[in-house]
Amino acid sequence: MTTTAIVMMIIAMITVWGGLVAAVINLARHPEVAEAEPEPPVEL
Amino acid sequence: MAIATTQARKREAFGSRNVFILSAIGSAVGLGNIWRFPYVAYEGGGGAFLIPYLCALLTAGIPLLFLDYAIGHRFRGSPPLAFRRMHRAAEPLGWWQVLICIVIAVYYAVIIAWAAMYTWFSARLTWGAGNEEGFFFADFLQMGDVAKGGLSVTFVPQVGLPLVAVWVVVIVIMALGVRRGVGRANLVLMPLLTVMFVILVVQSLFLPGAMDGLNAFFAPNWEALANPGVWASAYGHIFFSLSVAFGIMVTYSSYLRRKTDLSGSGLVVAFANSGFEILAGIGVFAALGFMAQVQGTEVAGVASAGIGLAFVAFPTIVSQAAGGTIIGVLFFGALVFAGLTSMISILEVIVAALQDKLGWSRVRTTLTVTIPLAIVSIALFSTTTALAVLDTTDAFVNAFGIMAVAFVAVVVVAWLLQKLPALQAHLNERSSFRIGTVWKVLIAGLAPIVLGYLFVSELIAKLSEPYGDYPMWFLSIFGWGMVISLVVLSLLLSLLPWSGRSRAKDDPEYDEFLTNEHYDPDPETDTVRTPAGSTTGERS
Repeated sequence: MTTTAIVMMIIAMITVWGGLVAAVINLARHPEVAEAEPEPPVEL
Repeated sequence: MAIATTQARKREAFGSRNVFILSAIGSAVGLGNIWRFPYVAYEGGGGAFLIPYLCALLTAGIPLLFLDYAIGHRFRGSPPLAFRRMHRAAEPLGWWQVLICIVIAVYYAVIIAWAAMYTWFSARLTWGAGNEEGFFFADFLQMGDVAKGGLSVTFVPQVGLPLVAVWVVVIVIMALGVRRGVGRANLVLMPLLTVMFVILVVQSLFLPGAMDGLNAFFAPNWEALANPGVWASAYGHIFFSLSVAFGIMVTYSSYLRRKTDLSGSGLVVAFANSGFEILAGIGVFAALGFMAQVQGTEVAGVASAGIGLAFVAFPTIVSQAAGGTIIGVLFFGALVFAGLTSMISILEVIVAALQDKLGWSRVRTTLTVTIPLAIVSIALFSTTTALAVLDTTDAFVNAFGIMAVAFVAVVVVAWLLQKLPALQAHLNERSSFRIGTVWKVLIAGLAPIVLGYLFVSELIAKLSEPYGDYPMWFLSIFGWGMVISLVVLSLLLSLLPWSGRSRAKDDPEYDEFLTNEHYDPDPETDTVRTPAGSTTGERS
C-alpha cells in the first residue's frame, strides 16, 4: 500500500470508528432513566 | 366493553433502549452496506471519498435520522398515524412510505433467499470453478428475457422454495411482536452478524493480493472531489444507507419510552452503520485484490457492486481462495442476516400502520398483511423473469419513491407545517446531544436542495433512455406505473375513515403522554374517549 492510502485508511478508521466509540461513550454516560412508566406489556 | 378493548391494546414497546439501538442498526445495516458502499467509495475517489461521505453523514444523514426519530417519538405512531397527528392533511405522506415499504419488502425477500442458497452452495462449491457467472444467471435463476417472452410464470424451485422459507421465518418473527419478535431477532442476529463479518474481513486480509485491493480502495483521487456527481453519490448513498425517510425510523422510535435519549441513540446508530461500511469496504476490496492477482489484472478490472459483486465476483473468490468455503459461508451468511434484520424493519412499518389503522391484534394484523405480500413476492420473484422485475422496481422505488417522499416530507414538515422548532424542542427535552439552529437549517435548507437535485437528476436519467433497455410496456408497469400508483393509492388510503377502534380515535396512552409532556391534547383521541372510560361517544 502507498503511504497516502495508508494515511487515508487510518483517517477513515479514526473518524468513523472513533465517532462510534465517542457516541457509545456519550450514551453510556446518560443511562436510561428509570421512570414511573410501567413495564411495556408482553404482546400476544 | 370500551375499557376492555383499550386495555388490551397498549402500544407495543422495545424491551430497552439498547434493543432499540440494535434494531435500528439492524435496519440501517443492510445489503447496501456490504455490496454497495465499497464500490461507491471506490468510484468516488477512494480515500478522498471520505470527505464527501462524512459531509453527507453529518449534514444530511444524521439530521434526517433525528427528524425521523422526533416525528415517531413525538407523535407515537406508524407513519400514517404520526403524520395524521402532525396534521390531518399530511396523512398521505405516511401511506406513501408504507406503500414504498410494501414494494421493497416484496423484492427484498428474494435477495435473502438467493443469499441463503449461496451460503449452501459455497460450502459445496456447487457452481463449479470457472462457471460462476453462467451458474448464477443460467443454472440458478434460469433467467428469461422479458422483451421476448413477457412476464414468466415458470416456477424456479431452487429460488421459490428458499423464498417461501424466508417468508415463513419473517412472518413468525413479525407475529411474535416488537419485543419478542423484532427485538429478540436483532438481539441474536446483530452480534452474530458482527462477529461473522469481522472474521470474514480478517480472513480476507490474509489472502495474497489483499493489500493491493486495500490500496485501490483507500488511495485518494482528489480530483474526484471537484466532480458534483461524486458529492451527489455520497449524499444519495448516505441517504439510502441509513434507512431514513421511508417510515422505518418513525415506526421504531414510536416504540420508545417517553424519556429516551433520542439524539444520543441516533449518533450510535449512524456511526455504527458507517463503521460497518468501512469494515465492508476493507473486506470486499481485500478479496477483490486477491481476485485481481489470481486473474493477473488490476483491481479496477474486477471491482463491481450489487448482484454482480455478490453472486459472480464472490463465488469466483470462493472457488480460488484457500479456505474459500469459509469466506463464502461467512459472506453469504452475513448477507442473509443483514438482509433479514432490514426486512423485518421494513415489514414492521406495514404491520404497525395496519395495527394503528384497524386496532387489530398483532398476530391477526401480521398474518393479514404478510401472507398476501408473501404470495405476491413468490409469484413475481420465483420465476425466470425475477431479476428484471427486481432490477426495475428497485431502481424506480428508490429514485421516485424514497427520494420523492423524502423531498416532499421535508418540505411539508419544515416549510408548510413549520414543525421543526417543536420537534427540536422535543428532541432536546430528552436527549444528551443537543441540537440547535444548525439542525433546522440543514433540514429546511440543505436537505430539500440535495434531495431535489438527486430527484431531478434521476428523472432526467430515466427519461432520457429506457432503464436497463427493458421494453416500454414493462417499464410502464413495474417502473413508472408502480411509482405513480403509490402516490395515487396513498391519497386514496388517506380518504378511508379511521374507525373508533383505531389508534387515531382511541389511544389513552397517547393522551397520557401528551398530558405528561404538557403538549396540547390531540383533537381526535380527545373527542372520542370521554373521561373515566365511559362508552359515551365511543363509536361516534
